[in-house]
Amino acid sequence: MSRQSSILTEGERRSAPDKATDGSFSVTRRTALGAGAAMATGAMSTGVGSVQLAQSGILPDHTVAVRTWINGRSVEVTTDARTSLLDLLRERFGLTGAKKGCDHGQCGACTIHLDGRRVASCLTLAAKADGREVLTIEGLSAGDALHPMQQAFIDHDALQCGYCTPGQIMAAVACVAEGNATSRERIREYMSGNICRCGAYVGIVAAIEDAASKMRRG
Amino acid sequence: MHPFSLVRPKTVREAVNAAAQAGADTRFIAGGTTLYDLMKLNIEQPRQVIDISGIADLSRIETDGGQLRFGALAPMSAVAADAVVSRDHPVLAEALAKAASQQLRNMATVGGNLLQRTRCPYFRNGAGGIYPCNKREPGSGCAAIGGLDRGQAVLGTSEACTAVSPGDWPVALVAVDAMIEVLGPDGSRSVPAGELYRLPGDAPHLEFTLARGEMITAIVVRKTNAGRVSTYHKIRDRESYAFALASAAVVLDFDGERIQQSRIALGGVATRPWRAPDAERLLAGERLTPELALAAGHASFREARAGRHNAFKLELGARTVADALLIAAERRR
Ligand SMILES: Cc1cc2nc3c(=O)[nH]c(=O)nc-3n(C[C@H](O)[C@H](O)[C@H](O)COP(=O)(O)OP(=O)(O)OC[C@H]3O[C@@H](n4cnc5c(N)ncnc54)[C@H](O)[C@@H]3O)c2cc1C
Ligand code: FES
Ligand code: FES
Repeated sequence: MSRQSSILTEGERRSAPDKATDGSFSVTRRTALGAGAAMATGAMSTGVGSVQLAQSGILPDHTVAVRTWINGRSVEVTTDARTSLLDLLRERFGLTGAKKGCDHGQCGACTIHLDGRRVASCLTLAAKADGREVLTIEGLSAGDALHPMQQAFIDHDALQCGYCTPGQIMAAVACVAEGNATSRERIREYMSGNICRCGAYVGIVAAIEDAASKMRRG
Repeated sequence: MHPFSLVRPKTVREAVNAAAQAGADTRFIAGGTTLYDLMKLNIEQPRQVIDISGIADLSRIETDGGQLRFGALAPMSAVAADAVVSRDHPVLAEALAKAASQQLRNMATVGGNLLQRTRCPYFRNGAGGIYPCNKREPGSGCAAIGGLDRGQAVLGTSEACTAVSPGDWPVALVAVDAMIEVLGPDGSRSVPAGELYRLPGDAPHLEFTLARGEMITAIVVRKTNAGRVSTYHKIRDRESYAFALASAAVVLDFDGERIQQSRIALGGVATRPWRAPDAERLLAGERLTPELALAAGHASFREARAGRHNAFKLELGARTVADALLIAAERRR
């Protein structure tokens, strides 16, 4: 079963990776680590440290079942209710594109799309993904064919260390889709939730301007 | 983070019932941008969390007729972008658009926003932190008083607490006299936005007037012609994505060239969303000039008390009010 994020344009939809119809993750460079864990259930392999788990004596009613679509693929997982969507993606599914910068909603490094809208996955309970569609940076490109926003970040040197970049790109794609990339000023305002410690802001704004015009053309 | 069980009711009634049956250590979670954040800091330690975000119909935005009605679960971003809201009540749209980031505004709800908690660094220091905080641990003391108090409030403070009420949206709602619809175990009621908040006094851990198990279902704002002549002016340490150092929500009702009635509320400077009746009285029946605007700004801070590092807020706040008045007045044309 697969669904598409509503924020994608027709062009992006066509360039999105093939959707598995058997409910399994196809193994890619990024998902290789997590593929085995994808269908596993149980409370033991969440982002919460196992020492902490043992101490707090997790009971079955402290878990939640989550059925969601991650990058177009249907997944089902049971996890500790405390788990953030960021930890679920990183620790259970090996999707390490979304980064943990602050874990408190302040830096934007963990930005992903939930039902087509950008959110901070660190402040989103994993349970909130239930019945909804998750799109991460890993699901943005069509294999080796980069999304126009990814290409623009390369073309405009919009990064240095790259730590903030997956979050920047996911935020930027949403920024364009929302209609908030209409001027440099507006881009700056609507990208202010994504902090770049390397200070690559000039390149980031230029990349978004560039990609926005390409995305609008489809 | 302490373990908790999560329930996901589908209706308002189910949610209120779940809250009524549960103990005191139960919380509703909407967007989670305050609650989950504070749970990670062990400041909030609920045993049960009621996720209300799946309740249908509670995120509706209704703008037809004589009032604006926002379902408690409407995302901040949706209300901020609503065409009628931004045209007829810019003070509301601006207060939302200038808060947090687009990611957070997509998650955060207009209901949860009313109950966000202070960003005082001593409060956020975390449970068992080395600094005392009367809000976090009643009776432990206040490290902000006499400490690093640059961000602290200058209005509505007490000997026990000077923490700022951080929200922008509540300030705008207090200025427009919004009504908050609440449903609880004993039925529904409607509360003026201003009556949702307590002063810290000697019990700063009690911040809101909601009874246990009461749920906010909607926010209602009466449409007025003056609504267009309004603004939310916010001054921050940086241009975007920061809490207010000082802010002012202003709505002006003109009779020809003279102000018939003004509504002014302040943010970033007080322990709760703060109406400024002295300034409002000063403006009644007057023509607005830059000098009068500044006088109104200063009148807003007559009762203010500064600490060691935050005296600048008196002048900054006064000028923020003055600028807001002039910006709003421009919009009557
Ligand atoms: C990095 C960052 C920057 C921010 N910047 C700003 C800013 O500049 N300006 C600003 O105003 N805010 C800012 N915020 C705060 C943000 O706006 C609030 O956290 C948000 O509005 C809270 O809404 P929520 O739906 O996420 O609430 P939640 O976190 O889900 O809930 C907050 C509280 O309200 C209760 N609650 C929620 N909904 C209901 C309901 N319907 N009935 C009864 N109780 C309910 C919960 O139990 C909880 O106690 C910022 C937050 C972060 C993390
Ligand atoms: S890790 Fe989520 S905002 Fe910083
Ligand atoms: S590129 Fe290093 S943090 Fe942005």
